[in-house]
Parts: sequence; structure tokens; C-alpha cells
Amino acid sequence: MPPLSRWFIKTALLYLVATFVTGVLAVLDPPLQAIPGSGRLAIIYYHLFMLGWVSQLIFGVANWMFPVRSREAPRGNEQVGWASYGLLNGGLALLLIGEMLRAASSGPAALWLIVLAYLALLLAGLAFVLNTWGRIKGH
Amino acid sequence: MPPLSIWFVRTALLYLALGFTFGALMLSNKGVPYAPELWRLRSLHIEILMIGWFIQFAMGVAFWIFPRWWQEPRRGDERGAYLAYGLLNIGIWLVALPPLLGWAEPIVTTGRMVEVAAAIAFATHIWPRSVGREG
Repeated sequence: MPPLSRWFIKTALLYLVATFVTGVLAVLDPPLQAIPGSGRLAIIYYHLFMLGWVSQLIFGVANWMFPVRSREAPRGNEQVGWASYGLLNGGLALLLIGEMLRAASSGPAALWLIVLAYLALLLAGLAFVLNTWGRIKGH
Repeated sequence: MPPLSIWFVRTALLYLALGFTFGALMLSNKGVPYAPELWRLRSLHIEILMIGWFIQFAMGVAFWIFPRWWQEPRRGDERGAYLAYGLLNIGIWLVALPPLLGWAEPIVTTGRMVEVAAAIAFATHIWPRSVGREG
């Protein structure tokens, strides 16, 4: 398994754990009110699950198992692959921080973090699509 | 990769790009409000990513990678899988567009039923291929 796929898959597994932890917190916190911004836990839960776990696992397995693009560049442009990994996880981290900040205060910093998060996530998706497209082919 | 998997996976990637774009538009608008009507994309965003991206990608890879028969046709009767591809993509839009365009609720119900038919068609194809080496 290539290094990028290992990073994608191991990070996806961490997000799977984080997703379930978030699910537990979302259930436990409303009566306790111990976490500032816990009202945002539902949206964080869905994004950790769909992007951090499912999409990231797909990215990793596709990078590993899809037909090679060419002898010279079997997995497409490796830098674009790493960029999609960095943008996906950077975007998710920004989203997590932004959503929690937004719930805790009404300052502009949280809003801009959310904008940056979705820009990073969009670029991550586009980078993966561009790098994978040429590998979807017959023998 | 067989032609149908190429169709499934490439269509899934297009939905991924589209779904991420709608998500970015909608949620950046939450960060810095500039067009409140973008929230109407929510149903489209969810349907496109859940069904168009995840489910469609899984079907494409399953059709490609599940065990094949020793004799031609190696993937058995492929009509169920082709039917699933068509029905799934019709169903997605029948479910996703009505809330956006103000169409009647029965169209959404019809879309969900078309998606069920897609799932049955795909299961009918892939079921006999879910076997071990001993057959």
C-alpha cells in the first residue's frame, strides 16, 4: 500500500473514532451543558463521518487500488494527491474549530474560519477528482 | 475496469465535485452571509453526496472487483447493474430537485421508489457474485 493511502486510511480510522466520540457527546451534553458550543455537535458529527471517515477512506483505497495512470506516473501527480490529503484534513480541522468558536462567540474570526474550511474542502475534492479521473479506465 | 464501472465511478466523481461545490457555497454563506437563498441547495447537497457520490462509487467498485465466473460472461447477467445505474441517476434528481424548484411532494416519493428499484436491480446482479472460491 503506498504511503499516501496509508495516511488517508489511518487518518480515516481516527476520524471514525472521533465521529463516535462526537456522537456520544452530542447525546450526553444537552443535559450537562459542559461543552461550549455543543449545539454545533450535530453538524460536526455529520462532517466528521462523511468527510473524515467515508470520503477519506474512499480516497485512500482508490489511490491504492485503481488502475495505474502510466508507467511514469502510476498514481497520477503525487503532489496533487498529498495536496488533497492536506486540504481535506486542514479543512476539517478549521471547520471543527470554526463551528465551536461560532457557537461560543459571535466574532468574525469564526465566520472566516468556516469560509476558509469550505474553500479547503472544495479544493481537496477537486484535487482528488482531477488526480483520479485519468485512472478510471479499462486495461 | 469494465465500462459500466467507469461510468459509475466517473459519474460519482462528478457528483463529488458538484456536492462539495454546493456545500462550500452554502456553508461559506453561513460564515459570511451573501445569498440566503443558497440554503435551498441543502437537499441537493445531501442527496448528491449520499447517493450520487458514496452509493454510486460503491456500486461501481463492487461491479468491478467482486468475484467473476470462470466462463463468459465473466460478470454474469449485467443488465441489472446497467438498470441500477440508470435508475439511480434518475432517482437522485427526482428526489433532489423538487424542494429546490417547489415541485410537488409526490415527485420526491417517486424518486425514492426509483432509488429502491435501483437498489433491487443492483442487488439482483451482485448477489450471485458474492461467493467464495469454492463457488
